[in-house]
Amino acid sequence: MRVGLFIPCYINQLYPQVGKATLELLEKLNVDVVYPSGQTCCGQPMANSGYEYESEGACNNFVNNFKDFDYIVTPSGSCAYHVKKHYNIIPQTDAVTKVRNNVYELCDFILNVLKVKNVGASFPYKVGVHKSCHGLRGLRLGSCSEVVGDSFSYIESLLQEVKGTELMPVKRSDECCGFGGTFAVTEEAISVKMGKDKIKDHLESGVEVITATDTSCLMHLEGLVTRNNQPLKILHIAEILNSNY
Amino acid sequence: MSHSKLASIFNKDEKRVDWHDKALWFVRHKRDLSVHQVKGWEELRNLGHGIKAHMLSNLDSYLIEFEENAIKNGVEVHWAANGEEHNQIVHKILKENNAKKVVKSKSMLTEECHLNPFLEADGIEVIDTDLGERIVQLAKEPPSHIVLPAIHKNKHEVDELFQEHLGTKPCDGDPQYLTREARKHLREKFIEADAAITGVNFAIAETGGFVVCTNEGNADMGAHLAPVHIACMGVEKIIPKQEHLGVFLRLLARSATGQPITTYSSHFNKPRKGAKMHIVIVDNGRSEQLSRPDFRASLHCIRCGACMNTCPIYRRSGGHSYDATIPGPIGSILSPGKDLTKHSSLPFASTLCGSCSDVCPVKIDIHSQLYKWRQIITKETPQPFIKKKSMEIMGKIFAKPAQFEKVGKIARWSLRNLPKSMINSKPNAWGKARDLPTGPKQSFDEWYNERENNKKKD
Ligand code: SF4
Repeated sequence: MRVGLFIPCYINQLYPQVGKATLELLEKLNVDVVYPSGQTCCGQPMANSGYEYESEGACNNFVNNFKDFDYIVTPSGSCAYHVKKHYNIIPQTDAVTKVRNNVYELCDFILNVLKVKNVGASFPYKVGVHKSCHGLRGLRLGSCSEVVGDSFSYIESLLQEVKGTELMPVKRSDECCGFGGTFAVTEEAISVKMGKDKIKDHLESGVEVITATDTSCLMHLEGLVTRNNQPLKILHIAEILNSNY
Repeated sequence: MSHSKLASIFNKDEKRVDWHDKALWFVRHKRDLSVHQVKGWEELRNLGHGIKAHMLSNLDSYLIEFEENAIKNGVEVHWAANGEEHNQIVHKILKENNAKKVVKSKSMLTEECHLNPFLEADGIEVIDTDLGERIVQLAKEPPSHIVLPAIHKNKHEVDELFQEHLGTKPCDGDPQYLTREARKHLREKFIEADAAITGVNFAIAETGGFVVCTNEGNADMGAHLAPVHIACMGVEKIIPKQEHLGVFLRLLARSATGQPITTYSSHFNKPRKGAKMHIVIVDNGRSEQLSRPDFRASLHCIRCGACMNTCPIYRRSGGHSYDATIPGPIGSILSPGKDLTKHSSLPFASTLCGSCSDVCPVKIDIHSQLYKWRQIITKETPQPFIKKKSMEIMGKIFAKPAQFEKVGKIARWSLRNLPKSMINSKPNAWGKARDLPTGPKQSFDEWYNERENNKKKD
């Protein structure tokens, strides 16, 4: 099994530690993982802003980089979702279909492809999970409060096995944090208010560290936490699963 | 004004935002508790979706069947292509019956057609009788929610409004007192009314009858007392058979308020002795929406309001920020179909979180349709030059890895080295209330290459 690692553009540039943690974690789990050079972005920022047609180059670049792998793994639910859901703007060649079928969010891949629950991490903190929407309602990485059915959460299943981690329940466990790509800028007031409310929910439940499957949500929350000097640490799930305290 | 501008005005009063958000979340939470008790809820949603899809594919024949059966029942049926025609038809019926005082209930469609000002211009008194509708009518505002039209008003504001218009005593917003006074006031209006106008929740092709759901019983009060009943419905309100009603009545009430069923689900089939019944069937842009394959499912909507209650943006921006008769997620799909330019900001008033699609009892893929409108809007309406250009540039950078690396380097350097005051200055909306990440020295790419090179050296 050959796995291609996709590190989304903004993680590559702004949060390289998330990329490192992802790679190291996969290597620890004995995955034959390769990081193809020449990758950029899945095309989502343009597409969600209404400029799908400007993202064709990015989509083609993505497919070219990843078409030869059995799986593509990324520490970003929203990028994986974008490739799966919106890559119909380029011709559906075999390569495109293959890439769309085989792209996985990291937790999903570990739990459901590698079939590993305990990754051997230890992280003795009170952790609050932010369930990023595209992963949650797009990829169904967990059950949603709106939908009637069994309750589950991939990210929480993995965290439950982490030594020392105490999972803290929050009130609105699957409400959006207000990032939403360019929404964060064009609808600044609402975006900020949503983020503030999210953070309040976690603080009130005694959370020390907020984690998520998406660095984009976390960048937004971190921006607020730093500005307001709030006692919260923000870490991507890969960083927790890769840690050994 | 764009949604974001109106939303930022609403957000100046954070306390108001907080209780607006809490009040609606309370309803959404009630809905959750209630639907999780129904085994087979998801199957019910599938059924609702399927029946509506089938109905829309055969809309013409079901409408004709409905008309035939309604006429057989002694009802007069009228057809209106748009709001203007609808208003004229209603006006004509009222004139013919010499009706000067009208009570109305469940009237989102008449709101959409702007019926009130049209009738009032001819000296006809129109009283909205749903309590919430009456409150916004007194305040001379449009409803801000389709099920909870006055949800944006607190009890003290209602207290003041009632003092001014109904002559009530100051009561410090005592809801019981206010409701009692409203009831007294409305009873008088019901008794005096010459005609009653109601909406239609479901019209049944098979029987020619229709159902109106209310919690206050006001549709019945109006229709039972007045000699003329005019029911106004959009073409999409049709369901094929009586037996389908159970599916929708169960879906509607639980999704709207968490109730197992609305207090009054009133079935109207024919005029009572000595009275008259009219039905006005209105298109007003619906068949045009039906003709758009990507958006036709928006006509499944049964107007439960659940997508508004669940929408984290709606809860924090208020219904008026949508500047449309139907606000919230579903309104943001319907409104651009009517006026793309006026409503071009609405499909962007969403993080595409998908909660609306998951909550919708008839499974409308709301967030996917918002995404699709975005693609159309950027092509068909004027866009700010900067946005367009930056998307074009971004697209090019992301198509070429070497360029991406160069630009990334510059960005990281700036984040590290430029003064915060400059980074977070005006044109950067991100920085108004949030810090930007501190740019790391090394990108992942650079780190990875270094690691690979070191491996080779070893
Ligand atoms: S779109 Fe769905 S959730 Fe929203 S009001 Fe209509 S039926 Fe209800």
